[in-house]
Amino acid sequence: MNLLEIKNVSKYYATHKALENVSLSVPEGCIYGLLGPNGAGKTTLIRIINQIATLDAGSIIFDKEPLNQKHIYNIGYLPEERGLYKKQKVWDQMIYFGQLKGLSTAEAKKRSETWLLKFDLMPWKNKKVEELSKGMQQKVQFIITVLHRPRLLILDEPFTGFDPINAEIIKNEIKALKASGTTIVYSTHRMESVEEICDNICLLNRANKILDGSVKDIKMANSKNLFEIIFEGQIPEWIEIVSHEKLEDGQCKVIFNAGHMNRSEIIKRLASEVNIWSFREVVPSIHQLFIDKVKEVNHA
Amino acid sequence: MRKIWLITKREYLSRVTKKTFIVMTILGPILIALFYAVIIGISINQKTGERTKTIGVIDHSGLFANSLINPPKVNFIYADTSLSNINFEVDGWLIIPKDFTLGSPKRLLYKSTQAPTLDIQGKLTRAIESATKNKKLILNGLRQTFLDSLNLNISMTTMEINKSGELTNSKAELNFGLGVAFAFIIYFFIFMYGVQVMRGVMEEKTNRIVEIIISSVKPFQLMMGKILGIAMVGLTQFLIWIGLSGVLMAFISLTFALPMDTISNTIGESGGAQNQGIPNIMNAFFDLDIGFYALIFLFYFLFGYLLYSAMFAAVGSAVDSESDTQQFMLPITLPLIISFATSFSILSSDPNGSMATFMSIFPLSSPIIMMVRLPFNPPWEELALSMIVLVATFIVFTWLAGRIYKVGILAIGKKPTYKQLFKWMLLK
Repeated sequence: MNLLEIKNVSKYYATHKALENVSLSVPEGCIYGLLGPNGAGKTTLIRIINQIATLDAGSIIFDKEPLNQKHIYNIGYLPEERGLYKKQKVWDQMIYFGQLKGLSTAEAKKRSETWLLKFDLMPWKNKKVEELSKGMQQKVQFIITVLHRPRLLILDEPFTGFDPINAEIIKNEIKALKASGTTIVYSTHRMESVEEICDNICLLNRANKILDGSVKDIKMANSKNLFEIIFEGQIPEWIEIVSHEKLEDGQCKVIFNAGHMNRSEIIKRLASEVNIWSFREVVPSIHQLFIDKVKEVNHA
Repeated sequence: MRKIWLITKREYLSRVTKKTFIVMTILGPILIALFYAVIIGISINQKTGERTKTIGVIDHSGLFANSLINPPKVNFIYADTSLSNINFEVDGWLIIPKDFTLGSPKRLLYKSTQAPTLDIQGKLTRAIESATKNKKLILNGLRQTFLDSLNLNISMTTMEINKSGELTNSKAELNFGLGVAFAFIIYFFIFMYGVQVMRGVMEEKTNRIVEIIISSVKPFQLMMGKILGIAMVGLTQFLIWIGLSGVLMAFISLTFALPMDTISNTIGESGGAQNQGIPNIMNAFFDLDIGFYALIFLFYFLFGYLLYSAMFAAVGSAVDSESDTQQFMLPITLPLIISFATSFSILSSDPNGSMATFMSIFPLSSPIIMMVRLPFNPPWEELALSMIVLVATFIVFTWLAGRIYKVGILAIGKKPTYKQLFKWMLLK
């Protein structure tokens, strides 16, 4: 079932179009990667989902209902540009934002305490935000985003500003949230973590959607049936070599196009002729796909 | 409504608990009291402490021997023109030249070790002028007793006729004082707290907090919450000031009860007309309908502030930095400054004239000008009209400001032009 459906949404500003007839569906309980270069329209789309910006055409369905004001309690938003009241204490701020998202004071306090303990921020509870390190501020911001347990969590570049250790902590929290049923829209223009955490993606470029679907399907569809083998022996004559390279110890690395043959056929045939050290399918990375698709569209 | 309340509460608490607020709130009345103490001190000093100056007169013309009238705080001593009997100390010498005649008065000469003040120079020339005039009048047949009877000192008691036709003691001085005080307080508060609203909006915009907040509340709620929260800060500060000032005043008047008498006496000495000034003002003050004034004051204070702070909020939302605000601040602050500046001339000329009437109904100036007019009993229908116009303008302006605000807080980058601001107002 889809938690969020974007149907033919367009948004125009005075001087340019930000989104043009974009449609996409976010299945419930998945991590949905919203990808695209800078200025593709990601932030505009996110703002429309958050009802910060209005749309000029199209419609949005949230949990089978047209998106409306009451849904803000079901959505959590971590904007790319983070912001907290610098002079206000961490604790007061968490309660305040929790209340704005509809929590009772008691509930906001209870949850804040749990999260502060989880992120080892208890000693900083009564410090002003400006006294915290940048990483700690980011954690506070993350807590504020998820405090009201939104059904849909929208994270715009959530890992910027974190060191690798803290990025790992946040990544694990995101996975835990997904496991507990939260649907997550993850917007980024960095591809490294996409394959690891996203189930589905959508690629936006210049206000248009150019690709969407599950990560597995997209990879399959864009696979060129290439394989890489490392082996000892003569290169069999029947394989269609794309590239080859001599390694040390008389080994050889070859990338070849398998054409219409399937995996098990190839392995059987190869095994009878050479000594195989490693064998794997060469699958295009999302990173490569992203660059190729954007180039392709921009040149067209 | 709960959200506006939450925002109002945060704005209020975050400001009221600030050290600067607490310090200003406590120090404010003390500073004001000190200021008055210094002013009163100086004026007492001037009236009572000014030393009588001794001026030696050397009259070569022989016209004024022993006949000059001593001006206040000046004592003339006459020296022989041969300069033989000089055995006294003087502050200066006034020398009347030999060729000084009643028909053609010549230039006088003044010699002293210290340069004379303008005050002394005036007193001396006036003394000679009036002596010369008197002598001429006597020469032309008028008697000295007649001339003495020309020195008049007439004072006036002012009475006011109220609506029911009864006579009451006039409170002209008090009315003037109240008018100035009202104008000043309202001007000061609108400015101070209006700018705080602007800064608060800019803080949220530049810190990018606003995007998180308006994913939870409507921009208009955020704007109203902020404006109301800061209004309550202003009211709190004002009430504390009134309370503290009352305590201080009571303390001062109890401690210095005797000197206060002296003040009114010395003032009474120097000008006969104000003889009963101080007790009169005291009485008049207790005659006032304080409750009514306080209500009207609160009304104009609140709605004047609300009207202006909505505009300040719009400016804060449109710009990214403090330096960019100047251009948009001017049209907002201009009516405020003009009304404050005109309030004095309105007070001293015609508080119920057509200019005053217009400005006390025009919503951008009415919070100040109507308060200035209030002690002079403006017609109630003008008061009612002014209030209605103010509330109506407040609603329209807040609505328009809200539209600018909605677009402005998310627009980062180039400073908008007036044309763009206008377009923002019309966006859906």
